[in-house]
Amino acid sequence: MAARAIWKGVVHIGTLEVPVKLYSAVQDRSVRFRLLHKTDKQPVKQQLISSDTDEAIEYASVKKAFPLTRGRLVMLEKEELEKLEPKDTRDIEITRFVGYGAIDHRWYERAYYLGPDGNAKAYFAAAAALERKKKEGVARWVMRDRSYVGALRAEDGYLMLITLRHAEEIIAADALKPPAGRPLQAREIQMAAQLLEALHADFDPTQFRDEYRDRVMELVETKAAGRKPKVVKFRPRVKETDDVTDALAASLAGMKKKAARG
Amino acid sequence: VAEEEDVEQPGGIRSFWTGTITFGLVTVPVALYTATRPRGVALKMIGPDEAPVRRRYVCSKDGKVLDADEIVRGYEIEKGKFVVVTDDELEAIEPRKSREIDLRLFVDADQIDPMYFERAYFLVPAGGTNKAYRLLAEVMEKKKQAGIATFVMRAKEYMVAILAENGILRAETLRFADELRKPDDVGLPKVPKVAAGDVKKFETQIAKNAKKVNLREFLDDYTERLEKLVAQKERKKEDIVRAPEEPGDDEGAGGGEVVDLLAVLSRSLGGKPPAKRASARSSAAKARPAKRAPARRASGARKAARPKARSRRS
Repeated sequence: MAARAIWKGVVHIGTLEVPVKLYSAVQDRSVRFRLLHKTDKQPVKQQLISSDTDEAIEYASVKKAFPLTRGRLVMLEKEELEKLEPKDTRDIEITRFVGYGAIDHRWYERAYYLGPDGNAKAYFAAAAALERKKKEGVARWVMRDRSYVGALRAEDGYLMLITLRHAEEIIAADALKPPAGRPLQAREIQMAAQLLEALHADFDPTQFRDEYRDRVMELVETKAAGRKPKVVKFRPRVKETDDVTDALAASLAGMKKKAARG
Repeated sequence: VAEEEDVEQPGGIRSFWTGTITFGLVTVPVALYTATRPRGVALKMIGPDEAPVRRRYVCSKDGKVLDADEIVRGYEIEKGKFVVVTDDELEAIEPRKSREIDLRLFVDADQIDPMYFERAYFLVPAGGTNKAYRLLAEVMEKKKQAGIATFVMRAKEYMVAILAENGILRAETLRFADELRKPDDVGLPKVPKVAAGDVKKFETQIAKNAKKVNLREFLDDYTERLEKLVAQKERKKEDIVRAPEEPGDDEGAGGGEVVDLLAVLSRSLGGKPPAKRASARSSAAKARPAKRAPARRASGARKAARPKARSRRS
């Protein structure tokens, strides 16, 4: 079943143009719960009230304010805020091309597929060129009154656009000091490296399934049928390590045994 | 499992998962903290009586105002009919995964496709000693490895990649494979043969615009414009009102003190809180929200937020 495009735009790569449609590449499969009133099991709803009088307030009459220090606020009119919004365009501007890995993955937020919107020739040529050059583009565009920064990437011959977080949202790892302590011993490092190696394999995301989702649905069905759900207590599998060296040695010995048994 | 709404807004910056990373028989007790700050500026809502607006929950049927302990979680099995599930029941479904991240697989970090990444968290040592933590971080970083596992947090299971950078462990939640569509699912046409000449034209344009990453492009220009407007109005003393500070309104967990994510993390990692916090606050106060702002848009944070040029494919 074909998905519906959520937006249309034109990617500008230098002097070249690629008209595209945007599709979400992500589909959330979480189990959705509702908040309910405990006694009558009816959904709750949110209400806005005055913190002064506790009286209900219509959303339409609410004004926005920017908090300053010492409890002072700057009131902002709707028109003032609207004026700050970026102007809607259909342009996806590619400002630069960077090498793979130059954009740290912590910046990536949400992936979209781009599909050709007419001119499929240009679309597939652009994807092929990105793949051959091993580059991704930094993209800027405005969609539904919001400006976005994204990465334009090629994936199996198709174009993808991944929205990126803003600079202010990210805390760099080097802004923090790592935990300190006595220097690690070479032998410990070596053993830990061996253990990692023994557990090394290729990344295959299909190996991992959200089993919890199934269990939640099972729980819901059990309760819906009026049965009592089974309660499993947590028993820690392993004690907290007090001697890292011993634990490493025991882990490696255990693995060797397992390997020998084949 | 995701709620449509949260009853309790998370007040301050706190770790919302504590548990244990295991690899082999080695256990690493950790606490999880978000590694991203919220987007943009949280504007306050003010009512027609100029008092701040609060939210409350009422029953959609009888209109009764509800406290948090009168609200439960339910799953709609048919229209209007709900099965209530409790937090205890949800935790009992998979108790091990709610407490442990069991690393049984390590992969080359650059093998993980960016489209899988969802959200980053810092892991902070939580046990009596941090030796196992430092050891795992050291080895993973040196060998450019990511540990992969699934775990349960706030009644939802996540696939997670544990990575190390600068001696600090990070957990990055990944989307499950079945949560990502394939080009086929979207209905994209098959990839045709492309003419070499057309590709060449694009390659030329790409080569022409190949540059280094520039962090300035990642700044939130809407927030910048908003701050400018606010600074202007404050200077002219335009539309300034006073609102009583509400208890429990504070972002910080530190009893009314301004707490920012960077400071909390620094403290938790055992380092000292960043110096000059007070001065960052007062200079930040000029055009920034009184709470939550300090490190957020202070110049230090901008520098700190610089994306690192890394050669993951080297």
